[in-house]
Amino acid sequence: MILDGKAPTGPIEQSWDKHRFDMKLVNPSNKRKYKILVVGTGLAGASAAASLGELGYNVEAFCYQDSPRRAHSIAAQGGINAAKNYPNDGDSIYRLFYDTIKGGDFRSREADVWRLSQVSNNIIDQCVAQGVPFARDYAGYLDTRSFGGAQVSRTFYARGQTGQQLLLGAYSAISRQIKMGSVKLFPRTEMLDLVVVDGEAKGITVRDLITGEIRVHTGDAVVLASGGYMNVFYLSTNAMGCSVTAIWEAHKKGAFFANPCFTQIHPTCIPQAGDYQSKLTLMSESLRNDGRIWVPKKKEDCTKPANQIAEEDRDYYLERKYPSFGNLAPRDISSRAAKEQCDEGRGVGPGGRGVYLDFRDSIKRFGENVIRERYGNLFEMYERITDENGYQVPMRIYPAPHYAMGGLWVDYNLMSNLPGLFVLGEANFSVHGANRLGASALMQGLADGYFVIPYTIANYLVQTKPGKVKADHAECRKSIDEVKGTMKKLLSIQGNRTPFEFIRELGLLMWNNCGMARSKESLTEAIAKIPAIREEFWKNVKVSGTGAEFNQQLENAGRTADFIEFAELICRDALHRDESCGGHFRVEHQYADGEAKRNDADYAYAAGWEFKGVGKEPELHKEPLKFENIHLAVRSYK
Amino acid sequence: MSAHTSDDKTMSVKLIVWRQKGPNEPGRFETHLAKGITGHHSFLEMLDVVNEDLIKQGKDPIAFDHDCREGICGTCSTVVNGVPHGGQERTTLCQLHMRKFKDGDAIYLEPWRARAFPIIRDLVVDRGALDTLIQAAGYVSCHTGGVPDANAIPISKPDSDYAMDAAECIGCGACVAACPNGAAMLFAGAKVAQFAALPQGQVEAPERVAAMINAMKECGFGNCTNHYECQAACPKGIDVKFIARLNREFHKALFKAKAGAFIPLVEGE
Ligand SMILES: Cc1cc2nc3c(=O)[nH]c(=O)nc-3n(C[C@H](O)[C@H](O)[C@H](O)COP(=O)(O)OP(=O)(O)OC[C@H]3O[C@@H](n4cnc5c(N)ncnc54)[C@H](O)[C@@H]3O)c2cc1C
Ligand code: SF4
Ligand code: FES
Repeated sequence: MILDGKAPTGPIEQSWDKHRFDMKLVNPSNKRKYKILVVGTGLAGASAAASLGELGYNVEAFCYQDSPRRAHSIAAQGGINAAKNYPNDGDSIYRLFYDTIKGGDFRSREADVWRLSQVSNNIIDQCVAQGVPFARDYAGYLDTRSFGGAQVSRTFYARGQTGQQLLLGAYSAISRQIKMGSVKLFPRTEMLDLVVVDGEAKGITVRDLITGEIRVHTGDAVVLASGGYMNVFYLSTNAMGCSVTAIWEAHKKGAFFANPCFTQIHPTCIPQAGDYQSKLTLMSESLRNDGRIWVPKKKEDCTKPANQIAEEDRDYYLERKYPSFGNLAPRDISSRAAKEQCDEGRGVGPGGRGVYLDFRDSIKRFGENVIRERYGNLFEMYERITDENGYQVPMRIYPAPHYAMGGLWVDYNLMSNLPGLFVLGEANFSVHGANRLGASALMQGLADGYFVIPYTIANYLVQTKPGKVKADHAECRKSIDEVKGTMKKLLSIQGNRTPFEFIRELGLLMWNNCGMARSKESLTEAIAKIPAIREEFWKNVKVSGTGAEFNQQLENAGRTADFIEFAELICRDALHRDESCGGHFRVEHQYADGEAKRNDADYAYAAGWEFKGVGKEPELHKEPLKFENIHLAVRSYK
Repeated sequence: MSAHTSDDKTMSVKLIVWRQKGPNEPGRFETHLAKGITGHHSFLEMLDVVNEDLIKQGKDPIAFDHDCREGICGTCSTVVNGVPHGGQERTTLCQLHMRKFKDGDAIYLEPWRARAFPIIRDLVVDRGALDTLIQAAGYVSCHTGGVPDANAIPISKPDSDYAMDAAECIGCGACVAACPNGAAMLFAGAKVAQFAALPQGQVEAPERVAAMINAMKECGFGNCTNHYECQAACPKGIDVKFIARLNREFHKALFKAKAGAFIPLVEGE
């Protein structure tokens, strides 16, 4: 099947305005009759639920944490992009559009990216109106900084806690709607299945994480904003509870999964210290504005204290290889470059898996106070974890799994191939192509939730009769039985290995074979090994407790089971995409200088995978990508 | 590279943990040994090790709340040796590392204890009351769309920085757990102060402070009697000056109400 993204035609500058006009509206007095289920209360979900509630829809919102304010959007540090051009440095909607398409290595849909760039400015306005305390200059105007992959200063920030402040803004908006009664909140509630009736998404099956109750919520449309799946690598910058479960279960019910192999490895994370480690901590990429990245030129210097290595013996490899972007080269390029240095034996710290991020020169230039003001909380965090003082000795960093560009396939209306199922934020695949630029995920989540879904969902709803499916529908009962069956099975195995042990094993395999560098051999090997892990899991996992109580082990086990199934799909996608692009680096396809070699003739499409059964080969559907405004070109940051 | 060598040595610590199956079940302390711990283990990674061990022995693992493990989501919430988050300055429990403990230490673990936070299981409590406070008025009542350009209203840097200082609260509830009265004044004060400092928030300031004070009573939070244990326990260094700001804003609201303005929940004369 050829997938149709339903992108509007005609001049791109008018595409969203025209589309907004062409779409149908729901009569204000009818909105209350439509119930919309929103899974996730991160930036995408909270902004969507709040905006839909404000419009008068009847919204139910779900999250697995105890409060919407704890969604992992809270952890974003660096900032959010917008094409405001406040600094007068040459930015425009067109430039943001161009940078995003190019940064994504030409694997995203032009019209979606244009829309994102266009509404980016509204987001900043909205957040300021909510009372988000963005950084300001002494005249009282908004301050911006530069981020990787851009030569203009378009990133708005709130100290090192931009995601927190934006999420608290969206959380305040959803809280207001909860008070007004238009949004009903279900915290500590996990979606475990999608209910599909006559091909359309009409409900979700959830588990109440406190009582263990399994029940169905029906609605007229389902919005998934459940975040990214990078915990498939086990160690990542995601929170412990982040999972693929919501979108994987939807995939198993028919939603196509697009480009799962487009995964982003973030260049500036604190290196792993031991194998008991449970997560990796990101240090905002904004540090690269003032920090210089280097490794010793000579291998024998790697064990010396950094301060004893002479200037001429330091290799500032990003500045050397990419003189015009230097330390601000895009993430995929910076991450691979770090790996290269370490593979050559010039890495520093435990296991030689680290490079220096050095503030010596900036401290000399601006003074420690200025650096402290800009990044103080990051230096503190670094010290808490490593016991080292980043003002005195250079920090050590290493790339870590971070962001999922892939996700459920959606058309221009953010609707999946299943009518009534909408997917927002990191959970969908739409705008970042094969690599996301820094500060663009917050922008996308809020664009989707505040400014896209309120329009596009109406176009679907007007064509449906409200309240069509009730909780006693046969599909609902079937879904409940299925979920109960899975829980029962997980609890009955009583084997010898904990869910943690399985996800650790899976994560290591994925990191080694499907991480920063991939090859036909490594992927084929992973595809052969994953089914064995899956089989062992279902024979030998040990889950304590019962289903009818607060049971974190049962939660972990369910998420792990989904990750194991999903891992196979990532590897298959990575194997099928016989080119390098963005975060997907196939060692077979590189230029002599190690840069990724794209193959536009054969792979300028989004790959949408259709589920055919556990352990069965999925079916590939392609959405050809057309580049009518920006010419396909080799990405260069030199 | 200071502490690395000592961090790599392993140690054992004794945990004395509050165990309680549900809100209406009796609770008790249970003792467990955490073995093979290094200074690099975070406190929660140490608990992971203990739990893996308990599961293998066929025992119930210790339930504790956590998610981001990087000090920002506000989920982790355990009283360690009598101090919420364990007592390292400006540090959440998930960021506390075992290098702060010694081999052989005995460590007490208890849930947040406050009337407004019923226990769910072991170290996990229900902090929904904090959400109720925000739902009462912790927002600017703006609708999506239809707002002015972000630079239309300049905000002085000191005001903006003050708002940000207040806005850094992660909603963990340690302040409530530390307070002898179980008050949520630091949490509520920070929200009131953030918005009171910004032109966008000033419009509704009197209604906001009144609604939040009222909601605190309804949720079962206690009164502030100036112990300031909250500030000492707060992992984000939220300053008690924001409590003073809340009181000031409340008096401003009272004054306005007396002068005849209608402010819901504030009694004018
Ligand atoms: C450490 C870190 C730093 C980052 N820094 C930046 C940055 O500076 N700039 C930038 O632009 N981007 C940044 N990002 C990326 C960005 O933060 C995320 O991509 C974005 O916030 C995702 O938002 P979301 O709403 O899609 O998902 P999330 O915020 O992850 O929310 C997911 C929601 O779904 C719910 N959920 C998930 N599964 C289920 C289920 N089965 N049932 C019920 N509920 C479920 C969760 O409870 C949660 O509410 C960063 C990411 C990380 C991890
Ligand atoms: S004020 Fe401090 S202790 Fe209280 S909830 Fe906020 S961050 Fe936690
Ligand atoms: S787990 Fe998020 S703050 Fe501790």
